[in-house]
Amino acid sequence: MAKTTFRIGGVHPDDAKVSRGCAIEVLPLPQTVYVSMAQHLGAPAKPVVAVGDSVKAGQLIAEAGGFISANVHSPVSGKVKSVAPRKDIAGNNVMHVEITVEGDEWAEGIDLSDTLVKEIPEDRAFILDRIKANGVVGLGGATFPTHVKLNPAPGSVAECLIINGAECEPYLTSDFRIMLERPEEIVVGAAIMQKVLGGCRCVIGIEENKPEAIESMSKAVAGLGYKGIEVLVLKKKYPQGGEKQLIDAVMRRQVKSGGLPISVGAVVQNVATSIAVYEAVQKNKPLVTNVLTVTGDCLPVEKQHNYLFRIGMPLSYIAAYAGGVPEGAAKIISGGPMMGRAVANMDACTVKGSSSLLYLSEGSTKRNAPANCIRCGRCADACPMGLEPFLLYKLARVGDMEQLEANAVQDCISCGCCQYSCPAFLPLLDQINIVKGQVLGILKARAAAAKAAAAKQ
Amino acid sequence: MDKYLVSPNPHVHADVSSDSLMRDVIIALLPAIVVSVVFYGWSALLVLAVSALSCVLLEYAIARWMMKDLRLFSGSSALVTGLLLAMNLPSTTPWWVVFIGAVVAIGVAKMSFGGLGQNVFNPAITGRVFLLVSFPTYMTHWEIPGGVWGADAVTGATPLGAIKEGLMQGGTVQGIMSEHGYSYGQMLFANLGGSAGEISAIALLIGFVYLLVRRVIKPHITLSIWATVFVFAGIMWLINPARFTDPVFNLLTGGMILGSCFMATDYVTSPMSDKGGIIFGIGIGLIAMLIRYFGAYPEGVSFAILIMNAAVPLINRFCHQKKYGRA
Repeated sequence: MAKTTFRIGGVHPDDAKVSRGCAIEVLPLPQTVYVSMAQHLGAPAKPVVAVGDSVKAGQLIAEAGGFISANVHSPVSGKVKSVAPRKDIAGNNVMHVEITVEGDEWAEGIDLSDTLVKEIPEDRAFILDRIKANGVVGLGGATFPTHVKLNPAPGSVAECLIINGAECEPYLTSDFRIMLERPEEIVVGAAIMQKVLGGCRCVIGIEENKPEAIESMSKAVAGLGYKGIEVLVLKKKYPQGGEKQLIDAVMRRQVKSGGLPISVGAVVQNVATSIAVYEAVQKNKPLVTNVLTVTGDCLPVEKQHNYLFRIGMPLSYIAAYAGGVPEGAAKIISGGPMMGRAVANMDACTVKGSSSLLYLSEGSTKRNAPANCIRCGRCADACPMGLEPFLLYKLARVGDMEQLEANAVQDCISCGCCQYSCPAFLPLLDQINIVKGQVLGILKARAAAAKAAAAKQ
Repeated sequence: MDKYLVSPNPHVHADVSSDSLMRDVIIALLPAIVVSVVFYGWSALLVLAVSALSCVLLEYAIARWMMKDLRLFSGSSALVTGLLLAMNLPSTTPWWVVFIGAVVAIGVAKMSFGGLGQNVFNPAITGRVFLLVSFPTYMTHWEIPGGVWGADAVTGATPLGAIKEGLMQGGTVQGIMSEHGYSYGQMLFANLGGSAGEISAIALLIGFVYLLVRRVIKPHITLSIWATVFVFAGIMWLINPARFTDPVFNLLTGGMILGSCFMATDYVTSPMSDKGGIIFGIGIGLIAMLIRYFGAYPEGVSFAILIMNAAVPLINRFCHQKKYGRA
């Protein structure tokens, strides 16, 4: 099979998939869960339960707070103890629903059996309703509400549904494990989304460093026999799982700056999202579980795990269950080492998109003191958006917003390739992220002004 | 929680640093250094030692006592400048001339612009050209290799110098070449007069391939210089082989290999983009050949690189990498 990859930039970090052999284990329930109302991109959800209410697992506890937002369901059965602000992993206050766990009773109408339901409902609206009602969001990192992505604006046509099984971040193996252990659910989920999008082609992209997953997924695709679904082997290169990069790798098309994937006929969904869609549509089960990897370079392989967790579990609870934070850990990260977020608060809780608890040693994560730029151009070679980070960094330091916009700082996807490859250890992405926010603000204000001016005429 | 680091992504870093890149350049220069010491004897080693030591100490002294910021001292980069400067000098150069070259290279060309990464002109070449115009006697009298084994050394001209002189006296290229008995084999493996770094094309090319394999540099600039020299010299040679030297001769003699592999590819003073690198290389190839064929000096690679160094900011302004999703 010919292997393909995206055409611009990229880096090759050691993939360190130490936990690849760790089968998914189910985490036992804690005494209390704290369910965040900001589990997704967009407006936070609005709580619909009050203190003292009894809830069952899978029961709606918060409604979508806008067009781009998603429902949130209770991951456990028990009593609502509080609805109050609580600190998230970065230490920011976010509204949480605190639930004291009592037993494990699920709401009515949810199919908890293991039977694979292969028949796909005919009614497109029914499918979209189920996905929306059950709070499905993208689990590849951005947690964008899935029903919005699967319902493109009139006039745009989906030509290719790309199922993202790249898992290009080092260390993470949760996607790998579900592709190994639950391939059929992924394929049925993909077929459902394919149906919603009008029967377009569907490509499941997997990097070559996961041959077992490629085999397992190919077998499931062949066995289930849906039309127009194929597995595509990708070369190993970070950030292959980036939406824009994956579209380029699979379709050889590039999304225009500021555009949506659907503008080139692409819809990208992660393999874990595909399972969530399967469960939401075929089992009427809301998205309250996901798989997370406990891993790191200072954690011996026998202490690494892949856990099926429920949302709202404190990270400290998961860490303690897995044997505690290892001695040599210097940094705790939620997500991968390239794009994950450093955990500032271990009392923070898992959300729908949690993918890992990663412990990095001082040796691998400590930043060296920045030195002079030697103009080697490695950052520009590494940038998968074809930007020139050395230039953006300089412009950022002098605050030249006009030139920053002209040099496309707004296209940056914050993948970290530039900073990763800088031999002078410059904090390229730190600086770029700051000014990117400012330039995006300027663009937004300008668009709003133009809209207002147009409305006046 | 206080004992854990919190900072934005990325949380890991590639196994590369400015020092590791400079170390690779030094390793790449080693074959040529060994060959030059073997062929020129200990005097070549003396020039190398004086140059390297002066460059490192001068950079340290200037950073510490004049700029008062030791973070501006980069020993590995100064060492590379020192080695390259030495490889551009005849092995007979007196130590104090070498030292003056180091002062110009580090003090004037590099540190006065702000140190590592800030200079416009290649420091080693600036040092060499300064010496060439200030001390022409030392800089144009070459020792024909005697070697460490103590064979008698004779002084003479480099092939480029001999041909320039012969042509001015009305000779033909073929006549001068056969008179001196130059062969491509000699040029490739070392045996012609020249500065330490000009002695063996093969030794330099081994280092160049090492840099490519280690991905320290990209081939665009070097290949574009070679292609330009080959095409331009080829055309001129076809027009009049008695007046113009042939393309292979021009690729293998003088500072062409050293300049195209190690000097023009200097990160700081070359363009950032691949497209820019190709334009930069074409410029160097053309200017070098124009000087060799029509200029007063027999050799033009150094001047060509310096002139194109000055054009780098302009090239960078107009040449960018291809961006994703933008025309």
